[in-house]
Amino acid sequence: MVHWPVTRIIALLVAALGLLGTAAVVSAGPANAEGEAVQGTLRDLAGAPVVGVTITVTNDSGFEDSDVTNAEGAWIVEVPGPGQYSVLLDEETLPDGTTPPTVNPITTSADPGTPRFINFRLGERERNVQTRWDRAAQLSVEGLRFGLVLALAAVGLSLIYGTTGLTNFAHGEIMTFGAIATWFFNVNLGINLIGAAVLGVITSGIFGWVQERGLWRPLRRRGTGLIAMMIVSIGFALALANTYLIIFGGASRPYGDYDSQAGIEFGAVSLTPKDMISMVIAAVILALAGLALLKTRMGKATRAVADNPALAASSGIDVDRVILVVWITGAALAGLGGVMLAMTQQVSYLMGTQTLLLIFAAVTLGGLGTAFGALVGSLVVGMLIQLSTLWINPELKNVGALLVMIIVLMVRPQGILGRRSRVG
Amino acid sequence: MPDESSTAIQRDAAVAALADLAREPGVAKPDPILIADNVVRRFGGLTAVDVEHVEVQRGAITALIGPNGAGKTTFFNLLTGFDKVDEGSWTYNGKSIEGVPPYKVARMGMVRTFQLTKVLTRLTVIENMRLGATGQRGERLLPSIVKALWRGQEREITERADDLLRRFKLDTKREDFAGSLSGGQRKLLEMARSLMVNPELVMLDEPMAGVNPALTQSLLGHVKDLRELGMSVLFVEHDMDMVRDISDWVIVMAQGKIIAEGPPHEVMADTRVIDAYLGAHHDQSLAQIAVDEGLDVPVEILEADGGDQT
Amino acid sequence: MDWGFIFTTSLSSAIGISSIVFCLGAIGLNIQFGYTGLLNFGQAAFLAVAGYGLATTVTTLGLNFWLGIVVGMAATVVLALLLGVPTLRLRADYLAIVTIAAAEILRLTLRSVAFKDTFGGSDGLQQFSDAFYNLNPISPGAYDFGPFKYNEKSWWVIIVGWSLVALWSLLVFLLMRSPFGRVLRGIREDEDAVRSLGKNVYWYKMQALILGGLGGAFAGFMLALGQSAVSPDAYATNLTFLIYVVLIIGGAARVFGPILGALIFSFLFQFVDVVLDQAVNTGVITFMSSTQAAQVRLVMVGVGLMLLMIYRPQGILGDRKELQLDAR
Ligand SMILES: Nc1ncnc2c1ncn2[C@@H]1O[C@H](COP(=O)(O)OP(=O)(O)OP(=O)(O)O)[C@@H](O)[C@H]1O
Ligand SMILES: [Mg+2]
Repeated sequence: MVHWPVTRIIALLVAALGLLGTAAVVSAGPANAEGEAVQGTLRDLAGAPVVGVTITVTNDSGFEDSDVTNAEGAWIVEVPGPGQYSVLLDEETLPDGTTPPTVNPITTSADPGTPRFINFRLGERERNVQTRWDRAAQLSVEGLRFGLVLALAAVGLSLIYGTTGLTNFAHGEIMTFGAIATWFFNVNLGINLIGAAVLGVITSGIFGWVQERGLWRPLRRRGTGLIAMMIVSIGFALALANTYLIIFGGASRPYGDYDSQAGIEFGAVSLTPKDMISMVIAAVILALAGLALLKTRMGKATRAVADNPALAASSGIDVDRVILVVWITGAALAGLGGVMLAMTQQVSYLMGTQTLLLIFAAVTLGGLGTAFGALVGSLVVGMLIQLSTLWINPELKNVGALLVMIIVLMVRPQGILGRRSRVG
Repeated sequence: MPDESSTAIQRDAAVAALADLAREPGVAKPDPILIADNVVRRFGGLTAVDVEHVEVQRGAITALIGPNGAGKTTFFNLLTGFDKVDEGSWTYNGKSIEGVPPYKVARMGMVRTFQLTKVLTRLTVIENMRLGATGQRGERLLPSIVKALWRGQEREITERADDLLRRFKLDTKREDFAGSLSGGQRKLLEMARSLMVNPELVMLDEPMAGVNPALTQSLLGHVKDLRELGMSVLFVEHDMDMVRDISDWVIVMAQGKIIAEGPPHEVMADTRVIDAYLGAHHDQSLAQIAVDEGLDVPVEILEADGGDQT
Repeated sequence: MDWGFIFTTSLSSAIGISSIVFCLGAIGLNIQFGYTGLLNFGQAAFLAVAGYGLATTVTTLGLNFWLGIVVGMAATVVLALLLGVPTLRLRADYLAIVTIAAAEILRLTLRSVAFKDTFGGSDGLQQFSDAFYNLNPISPGAYDFGPFKYNEKSWWVIIVGWSLVALWSLLVFLLMRSPFGRVLRGIREDEDAVRSLGKNVYWYKMQALILGGLGGAFAGFMLALGQSAVSPDAYATNLTFLIYVVLIIGGAARVFGPILGALIFSFLFQFVDVVLDQAVNTGVITFMSSTQAAQVRLVMVGVGLMLLMIYRPQGILGDRKELQLDAR
């Protein structure tokens, strides 16, 4: 058994988070309520910010405060403490042609120490009355986009599972890591978002390397069981998410560039240039990853290890090296996914945690441990989530996706592309 | 052999019953306990099992042999409900048990062991044994709460378990965690545990793999005892000594199909069997030369090559 | 820093309502995870259906409190069946993902606007606990027992809660020393082996899921009654994780594991909070705000869970030797 001191884990944790720590020190700037607040970003259907709208927050015990949406459509009201609040959008102040939100006022509860995000859903602009088919087209594109985001994270999760057997509950936190690191390079260091994203993705890859070398490989050496490792990853996820909260704060923050772009219309579909570009980048990178898996030596070795680690090891493949490569690329891909996600819904400390279940759903749908299954599963889940809003209330859209996952598992326990394991 | 005389009666009966059968795959037995028809299992493109017809004689010890990957374990899994067939049907004691879940198969008296031993590591040896007994009152939720309801039965079970442990030379390990046993001891424990179920047909998947030669002898004795107690045995084994020594009948599988059947000595001299074995091995230069030169040493080759490759 | 105050609040917290909730939840989880090896990551859902079953019956439907308790328990059994039927045939890791997803589905549904009239949306439901507090024989006032300081309502919750813990622990003890418990432990080790010995593994797992779910249901009742409210976000996945932490601290597959785990966890959680808070307020710690200090606790929970799982996976009561057997 390898002796493995506590100090080493701690040291590595600290090292991994050190980078973010610097981010925190530098980032005293943007509006960030430490503590309870109610906030949101007001956008129209095309995603463009709606400026100059008054939003008022009240509660039963006489608290009242309001804010006016700024150029990004953002607004924030700090509240005196946790509890129930009523958030009212002043419909008089809406620009002409914008239909008022369907739910107004919104009742909400503020949790201790964290801001509560409120989304007023503004109806469609009047000149653009959409048919069901138009909406279906728009939602399909959005679903594809979200599917690509999921796929970026899911491929790594799935390969890590395939090669090491670890069900990594801390994978969402790698997405968050990528998004926050990019935010740090972009906003604090003033690097253009594209450059910042490249740096963010590289840092995420390094984060993956640190995790594998500092945590998971030593654990495998110690002979820690798979379930124990899974629980370790839960602890790691808790620790990471709350570390992000401490140093990044509870608020959602946008990137400095391309934050509010106007949509370009293609028939019924409206897309912002950044969406288009990021979708193309994601698709290309996923395709490259797929090709690498199929064609390169390392890719073939990876699939061999995922198939049967013992056999792969005995046939001369350096299993540890393969796993390390999987961790680095898997983490880098997840980091990119995080950046892409943050471009639509801003950077927040919980963004990865909140996406994790959907990534699991995608990976499970495809069949645990198969990279291509994860890809297919992600696109299915992404489309499903968006398209389901044609029929069900958007607040329940994730419910639909998760239900479908459960139903698929009932019919095909091994997932869409998975294989059954053998008995005896 | 230790108890040559006591095993003689049933063996003679079994040998006599099987003596006049045709030596061909799928031959009908006088008193079959298990009959399988057209059992097919595919894994993607690979047809792991494709058994047209096979019968297992009651009260006899039948060996199922074949090269690695022949489909023996898969066939066991199918028969006992641990895996689902793509096609086919089979009966046990005249009843169709296709689609019957494994636990019911076991309760009907058809009990199997696993090639990769499955002992319950964090239970003690004696607890492993007790778990094997069926029909325990204390295993039901509500009665389990009141000890008085199951204390008596537990005592009987424990006596039976201790008896088996002594026979399998595991009584000194009684209170140890099963996870602390050696590989061979685990095989013994698994076999002893399967006997706790009071089976009619015992299906052993490579019971001798990893058991030391001294113990093999006594294990062989135990297997023969099973026949004497009226049980039927179907076992998979690569050790040709053992196959020759204890089996009354041998069924040979290769690439999923039954390719030969017969009494041990005749089967082992069968050229189809030799081909199947040699064809499935890689490192066969010596054997190949032997066959090429027409040497008449097939049995020894099988022992040398099949015996250790488990 | 006022160490006397720090210790009394921490000790009070160790026997308080959240400790009871963790303990009952962990007792249920112990049946499922500790003894049977079921990776139920949806324990929060069992707490939620019980709490909501009670609250909906009383508040929304205006029916009797005890009927509410029955509805809560029935809903728990139904949830166990709904979860168990599709998942108990699956591999352990699939079970984990499906249960965690089911818990999230439930939470999102409970807080949705679509069912606001029934479940109260994100505000949840209140005013269902009068019948419970009317049974309280203690007359109003604050009562101190040594370091424990609570008012009559809290003492009532504490007395009922720890009595339930005692009853459940007794039940677990009786079950797990019996052949029934042996089958469960066998399933944890290798379910195929148990199957090959003629046990209906699926049904045993289902029974374990239901029993453990009922343990969770009592945790849910205590949480709802203790706060006189149910709100959907109290049943997020983090609650399940904390219950795991509690169980693992004490020791899985040990009758007293959940109790010890809950006492220690609740004590430490409060202790760290108060110490950090005082340190910030008295200027001992200057590099963080008191909100940040509160958040540090959760980081510590995470790191604590990691270290525990790595260095002492058997918890305080477990037997190291027993767990090492896996590693062979
Ligand atoms: N779950 C599975 N998925 C895919 N292929 C399988 C599976 N189980 C078995 N096989 C394949 O089916 C074939 C038969 O395997 P099986 O284990 O039955 O062989 P065997 O006769 O028991 O061999 P051995 O003597 O080595 O134990 C092998 O080629 C094996 O790779
Ligand atoms: Mg085999």
